[in-house]
Amino acid sequence: MANASDPQAAISAAAAPAGPLTTADGKPLAWSLARSQARAKRRAFLLVLPLLAFILITFVVPIGQMLQRSFYNDGFSANMPEISQWFAENPRGTEPDDAAWTALANDLLASAEARSIGVVGTRINYDVPGTRSLFTSTGRKVRRGIEPPYREALLEMDEEWGDPRIWSAMREASQPVTSNFYLAAVDRTRADDGSIEQVEPRQRIYVMLFMRTFWLSALITVLTFLLGFPVAHLLATLPMRKSNLLMILVLLPFWTSLLVRTTSWMVLLQQQGVINDILVWMGVIGGGQRLQMIYNQTGTIIAMTHILLPFMILPLYSVMRTINPSYVRAARSLGATSWTAFRRIYFPQTLPGLGAGALLVFILAVGYYITPALVGGSSGQLISNMIALHMTDTLNWSMAAALAALLLGSVLLLYWLYDKLVGVDNLKLG
Amino acid sequence: MLDNTSGDAFVAFEHVQKSYDGQTLVVKDLNLSIGKGEFVTMLGPSGSGKTTCLMMLAGFETATHGEIRLDGRPINQVPPHKRGIGMVFQNYALFPHMTVGENLSFPLEVRGMDKAEREARIRRSLDMVQMGAFANRRPAQLSGGQQQRIALARALVFDPHLVLMDEPLGALDKQLREHMQFEIKHLHEELGITVVYVTHDQTEALTMSDRIAVFNDGRIQQLATPNRLYEQPENSFVAGFIGENNALPGVIEKLDGDKALVKLADGEVIDATAVNIRERGQKTTVSIRPERVEFKPEMMPSGAHTIEADVLEVVYMGDILRTRLRVAGSDDFIMKCRNTIGQTRLEPGQKIRIGWHPQDARALDPI
Repeated sequence: MANASDPQAAISAAAAPAGPLTTADGKPLAWSLARSQARAKRRAFLLVLPLLAFILITFVVPIGQMLQRSFYNDGFSANMPEISQWFAENPRGTEPDDAAWTALANDLLASAEARSIGVVGTRINYDVPGTRSLFTSTGRKVRRGIEPPYREALLEMDEEWGDPRIWSAMREASQPVTSNFYLAAVDRTRADDGSIEQVEPRQRIYVMLFMRTFWLSALITVLTFLLGFPVAHLLATLPMRKSNLLMILVLLPFWTSLLVRTTSWMVLLQQQGVINDILVWMGVIGGGQRLQMIYNQTGTIIAMTHILLPFMILPLYSVMRTINPSYVRAARSLGATSWTAFRRIYFPQTLPGLGAGALLVFILAVGYYITPALVGGSSGQLISNMIALHMTDTLNWSMAAALAALLLGSVLLLYWLYDKLVGVDNLKLG
Repeated sequence: MLDNTSGDAFVAFEHVQKSYDGQTLVVKDLNLSIGKGEFVTMLGPSGSGKTTCLMMLAGFETATHGEIRLDGRPINQVPPHKRGIGMVFQNYALFPHMTVGENLSFPLEVRGMDKAEREARIRRSLDMVQMGAFANRRPAQLSGGQQQRIALARALVFDPHLVLMDEPLGALDKQLREHMQFEIKHLHEELGITVVYVTHDQTEALTMSDRIAVFNDGRIQQLATPNRLYEQPENSFVAGFIGENNALPGVIEKLDGDKALVKLADGEVIDATAVNIRERGQKTTVSIRPERVEFKPEMMPSGAHTIEADVLEVVYMGDILRTRLRVAGSDDFIMKCRNTIGQTRLEPGQKIRIGWHPQDARALDPI
């Protein structure tokens, strides 16, 4: 805009006939605007670049990779190419012929030579538990030498090779892209003919765990609301000095380690713990009737409600602080009882904070892990404990990823539902 | 002029005291009675106790001592929602999650009115404030002036006999404020309601009220009609708070009934009307309105004392010429001269003699 100070040019530009607007020197206005702001935009982008890179490298990429494992696992197909090829060429239900046995023997030998037989075994082990050793031991024997006919030779090494479940599992694993982990995550499996069926009743655990996770999270959300609402109201209305003190009490748990908080609940709640001692001392219960308040669902509910309470109180408080007391006064002067004024005037105005708090507590609760692991016993375990189990003990990362993806999906669904019902723009986090 | 005995008063405060902390009194012995249909303004600086009085009347604060009566009935123990008092708040307090119509419907719903009756009343109220077309808007979509009208309509929709207004025009710009002052006054006359109005804006108080109660330090300093309050302030606080005022400190030289001679700091003697002084030798502050000061001998009553003044500054303000003088050692004595044809233009540095009618110089308590 070199000529911006030239009045003659400015006038001629202003008098120009209709068309795209131009600046005084005849350049398109939009172009000039973009150019004049480009520098500022570049600088602003550079400021956020480190965070962007950090999030991309440490968050988006690993999570993306992890989620990919839930439907993509080439542990078998990459290391067993020949038998995978045979599965692709022959439809389901085909009895393994000589070609199949030959391909299997060649693949086992190649994989054993390449020391990838363990990976292959692990992959099949996901579907048929206890089969990893079948692959590793057969791998060792194959390396010592194998002669045709392969069917007899392999059955000689381990007669489990004749089990149709193994063949069915290998067929499933021959495709790197699979929905089996998702099916397993909702207690379903593929029957021999490829149709989807429920697993045996005593193995159905994941759906029950999902239900329990959502039910307990909802319960904990309601409990934090019931306990937190009056506290937030008190915080918002007390004089500064007192409310600051109360705020410190609310925030104190934040400054204490999660483990310390959880273990102190153990001290309080266990059968020989403080609360039971007090109840017995007061004579409320007899010495033999000590309450089981921990290492079960009750323990999970109590400890998680306590730990998540601040996440409900803080958004509520930040919204309540902005509600002018004159609204309730106006309602009272207009003839409303204090209950009506609360119900129709005060409470609706706290909804943005309540929504934010509830969403925050619920989402945190759905993914909670340490507390249920420590105080939950067996009836207080949540789905995230199962994810952790698959991550660290069974090493079935694909299963863990599928469970996590389902959890993520259902939380996103809830978020979408919340947006439809309440509107996310009504959310106030603080 | 109503007196303070409250036999037939519509609203009466009797010996009302209020303390928030148990250490100090915010309201000290308040006695005030307001007649039916009256427009009374509580005027005072912030912290003078005027809003506390309003809140006690509305029921949001309890009187620590004394009795408040509404239509002859003591209301100290009556909760706010049973008092039937309409109230307009400083920030309007329109419920943000309701439309204008729902806001107006609220007081009718809690009174259990049926839908047809509610709608008729809402329409009537909205038409009254010329907002009939806005029933479906949200408060946030309205301008300040429109919100003000809705707040007014909501306070009136359930036909209260008493309406309280807590600085209702404080957030509006000057032009709109003047317009709304007129409209509120008009509604008051039309509906025959009693209005208690709180403001710290003296112009607002003077233009709207039947009577004004000037608050300071938890007490009513003076309760009078606007013109009495302006022309005959009863103490130095009122004289200084209402309108512009020249205060000359001095000592009573001679006292004869309500006529007093006051000796100023530099020894000059002026005439004044004794208001709240009792004896000769007492210290006093003489209060004179700037527009009552004269410098042309022919405008002064015969025999009036004149004193010498130095012109320091003349500010041209259009309708008036605001002249700052040095009088009796004080540098901020103001004289307002109307900007008429043939008005003598004073120049800084000029020496003049000024004077006034003795009844315009009021000898009040020393500041």
